[in-house]
Amino acid sequence: MSAADERAPLPGADFEEAAAVSRLRRVSVRKVAGRLLLNAVLALVCAAWTLPTLGLLVTSFRDPDMVSRSGWWTAARDPKGLSLDNYRTVLAGQDWSYVDSSGKTVRLRGENMLGAFGNSLAVTVPSVLIPILVAAFAAYGFAWLKFPGRKMLFVGIVALLAVPLQIALIPILRDYQKAGLNGSFLGVWLAHTGFGLPLATYLFYNYISTLPRSILESAFIDGASHYTCFTRLILPLAMPALASFAIFQFLWVWNDLLVALVFLSGGGRAMEVLTQRLLALAGTRGQDWHLLTAGAFVSMLLPLAVFFGLQKHFVRGLLAGSVKG
Amino acid sequence: MAKVELRNISKVYEGGVKAVENANIVVEDKEFVVFVGPSGCGKSTTLRMVAGLEDISSGELYIDGDLVNDVPPKDRNIAMVFQNYALYPHMSVYENMAFGLKIRKVDKAEIDRRVREAARILDIEGLLDRKPKALSGGQRQRVAVGRAIVRNPKVFLFDEPLSNLDAKLRVQMRAEIIELHDRLQATMIYVTHDQVEAMTMGDRIVVMRDGFVQQIGSPLYLYNSPVNKFVAGFIGSPPMNFLSVKVLEEGGKLVIDEGSFRLHPDDAHVGFLKAYVGKEVVFGIRPEDIPVAEGGKGQRIPAKVTVVEPLGAEIHLYASTPTQSMVARTSPQHHWRTNDKVEFAPLMEKARYFDRETELSIIPVAEEKKS
Repeated sequence: MSAADERAPLPGADFEEAAAVSRLRRVSVRKVAGRLLLNAVLALVCAAWTLPTLGLLVTSFRDPDMVSRSGWWTAARDPKGLSLDNYRTVLAGQDWSYVDSSGKTVRLRGENMLGAFGNSLAVTVPSVLIPILVAAFAAYGFAWLKFPGRKMLFVGIVALLAVPLQIALIPILRDYQKAGLNGSFLGVWLAHTGFGLPLATYLFYNYISTLPRSILESAFIDGASHYTCFTRLILPLAMPALASFAIFQFLWVWNDLLVALVFLSGGGRAMEVLTQRLLALAGTRGQDWHLLTAGAFVSMLLPLAVFFGLQKHFVRGLLAGSVKG
Repeated sequence: MAKVELRNISKVYEGGVKAVENANIVVEDKEFVVFVGPSGCGKSTTLRMVAGLEDISSGELYIDGDLVNDVPPKDRNIAMVFQNYALYPHMSVYENMAFGLKIRKVDKAEIDRRVREAARILDIEGLLDRKPKALSGGQRQRVAVGRAIVRNPKVFLFDEPLSNLDAKLRVQMRAEIIELHDRLQATMIYVTHDQVEAMTMGDRIVVMRDGFVQQIGSPLYLYNSPVNKFVAGFIGSPPMNFLSVKVLEEGGKLVIDEGSFRLHPDDAHVGFLKAYVGKEVVFGIRPEDIPVAEGGKGQRIPAKVTVVEPLGAEIHLYASTPTQSMVARTSPQHHWRTNDKVEFAPLMEKARYFDRETELSIIPVAEEKKS
């Protein structure tokens, strides 16, 4: 029956039709109400999530006195109290003054955040790249090479996902002490690599093993070695997986305080990363809120940039057109 | 170009599953051979062993006279076209075709020449800069074929290359691949589950089932001289009719009894059927060999029409006796209706008989004459 036939009214069906229409209307009202409710809940969740961040943002522009005197939501009443002073202090360094033994006031300029920013970068970039490279090789092996013990090894790696990194800190620290890696960037890179590898390998394995086998076989017949296959086909095709792990690992390492405190403290203040500096900014008694908020926003800039930069790789469209489906 | 020879090739998977058993197949130089069979019959596994993508469990594989059992795929000088095209999605059409040559460090100008030549043959010159995802199914398959052509391999392997295309395109690509074979004068092995493809494309056909090669021969030879019931039923569309009948001896003459009708076998067949007197056999007859009787006298199969399939040029008439059913290919002049009574006049000299247990042809099949 064609669509036109279906729509043609049957004699004597008017009443039934009207009933059907009103039924339809009721259904659509219920549908709209459901939608509204859903959207309201979502909006609420979004607000609950973003409000604190908004509060931080507003506070970061406010005067220290005002921060302690009134809530951030009152800031709009007194727009003159907003300034970039906090950012200036955080970026350029804090002014310290004290009265020395002779009664003179001494002014000192504290360290700025730029050094810490650089350190964080120096820690983060290799800590993201090394595990990606190692894990991608490993995942390729697990997915496409046959070797004895493959399953057991892979199960072992997956099992490592469940091990909390805290229990490894002290043993590793002791080994680093012996190896002279304590307080060096290399030590932190290796630590982050080790902690990130199980997840990375698991993630990449899951992705790489879903790539159509025939693409690889076709490449083998074309004359490619495993290495060529890996670099020319698997790496570019696994970009979505690599990028999503890169974002996770980047955020994790960038925001990490624990691992940096344990393995980098030996390097002194010159090797401090952003999170350590933020901790210091808050003041020993947590009184320097205004600086903490500004510092937090400065430290957020790069992760945001990375996220938006890699965002398009989240779209899994890269495989489209290769094989049917 | 090259001859491919499989000697006693078997494939046993881990866990003991036998995919291919004792395959003996010779693909002559420049020949187009089709492996055909239902899914799971081992035809793809056999092809993949020729390609080197599967290990050979036992037996010997020769390409161009060389034993290549342990030679990796890239050194076998073969090219393969996959069912799902297997194009490299992040490369353009040009790069896809050039990939294998680049890896083999072929001179850049030579790569360019070969890619453009292949693109011209396949009529995809306008698509060279596109990515696979911007191509239609037929175009993708052409690129996959192009990727094989540029390599100029000894043997082309096709693994169900057309089964993802729609019916119309499939017919067109079928013709193009045949044309390509004539043009390149290359040895080609083509795997399909579609017997029409096998019949129309192959110089010779290898029919497989459950890991065993059933019969090898030219399309018409297989059609006319199937060695067993499986080949008889698999080759041809609509398939051969199989009726369960009993062989009887009546007054010194052999009869086959279906229950609702009796027929006298052809004189040439009587001698072989004698051994089956009193037993049931499978009587096989092709749909075109049971024309509808237009009066006159002779042997008749009475039946009742169940389904009429008018195809334009002919009608497929499905009919049944009280216990069994059959299909006949008839001319479109008649207007049949369901439940019409009909009488078929079987051409008994064309009939085949198969053993019920072994399913082998009771009438011996002559060897195919080498052309």
